[in-house]
Amino acid sequence: MSETNQEWPLWEVFVRPKAGLDHKHCGSLHAPDAKMAVQLAREVYTRRQEGTSVWVVKSSDITASDPADKGMLFDPMEDKVYRHPTFYELPDAVNHM
Amino acid sequence: MTAVATSIRVNLTPPVQYVLRIADTCLVHAQRLAEWCGHGPVLEEDIALTNMALDLVGQARALLTRAGRLEGQGFDEDRLAFLRDEGQYFNLTLVEQPTRRSSAHAPGGDFADTVLRNFLLATWLKALWTRLSTSADSELAAIAGKAVKEARYHQQHAGDWVVRLGDGTDESAARLRAALERAWPYTHEMFARDTVDAAAEAGGLGPARDALRGDWQAEVAAVFAEAGLAVPADTPFMSTGTLGRHSEHMGFILAEMQSLPRQHPGGRW
Repeated sequence: MSETNQEWPLWEVFVRPKAGLDHKHCGSLHAPDAKMAVQLAREVYTRRQEGTSVWVVKSSDITASDPADKGMLFDPMEDKVYRHPTFYELPDAVNHM
Repeated sequence: MTAVATSIRVNLTPPVQYVLRIADTCLVHAQRLAEWCGHGPVLEEDIALTNMALDLVGQARALLTRAGRLEGQGFDEDRLAFLRDEGQYFNLTLVEQPTRRSSAHAPGGDFADTVLRNFLLATWLKALWTRLSTSADSELAAIAGKAVKEARYHQQHAGDWVVRLGDGTDESAARLRAALERAWPYTHEMFARDTVDAAAEAGGLGPARDALRGDWQAEVAAVFAEAGLAVPADTPFMSTGTLGRHSEHMGFILAEMQSLPRQHPGGRW
């Protein structure tokens, strides 16, 4: 058996705190397979009634942006205030915004 | 200085013994599961085992409180849990067997013992809670209604482990088979029937143990098939924990459970 097979794969855990809200990433854990990962996520991350639904995703299946590209990817948005709704003055006719 | 009793004696009636059998089975099973705290094979399963232990402690607490009221001398859950002598505990003998090789008093056992026992018991408890949820005793019915959800999860989690160990490596399958060989003779007691069972059945308090056998066998057989485990042949051996006659392991586990409440009677912290 190869070295990498000795350890259980890592899973990222997403918990939905209550109906209507989004699943939020809350941590990771080791588990032998997807079904057991859901059970162990329930044990580790919802023991104080934090959740009503759990997703797990193999960490290796996540493709992430490179931290080194942070400047290139995200800094250009810094001076684009017009992308925020607060940039615009609402006409008086528009109420309740 | 007022003397505080460090040992109590329960007045046994069939309903009291019926409820104590279930309560003590949950309590002692919880104690064995909790022995894994800080020693689980992986952190995640360590937490899972202790979570399940806490579910069982909760079930035991509710049942002991009910048993105390049925008994009538005013014993609360704490005194019933910790101050009875060995012959007044009525748990299934299976749950007092050691499971983890590490303590001086635990001569055998490993994670496979825990997984298998937890599966066999959760399947039994699920069948029991399901029937108890229609008990003529409304308090017992309410306890059962809550506990059946917990047992259903315990059964699934433990059953999934049985499949993973049985259908895993040669080593895990061999250990699971050995665990099954150790546990199986004690399952006989889960379905024994005596006057306590008959009285509970007749009075609508709850099912007799033999009524649980069919459901249990079907569910166990289905998981064993998936795990590649053969269902062993039944043996004539009949353990007697439910009669208050225990194996040699009971004294050690009680000593561990009782030493603190007996050294500090009524202690709070």
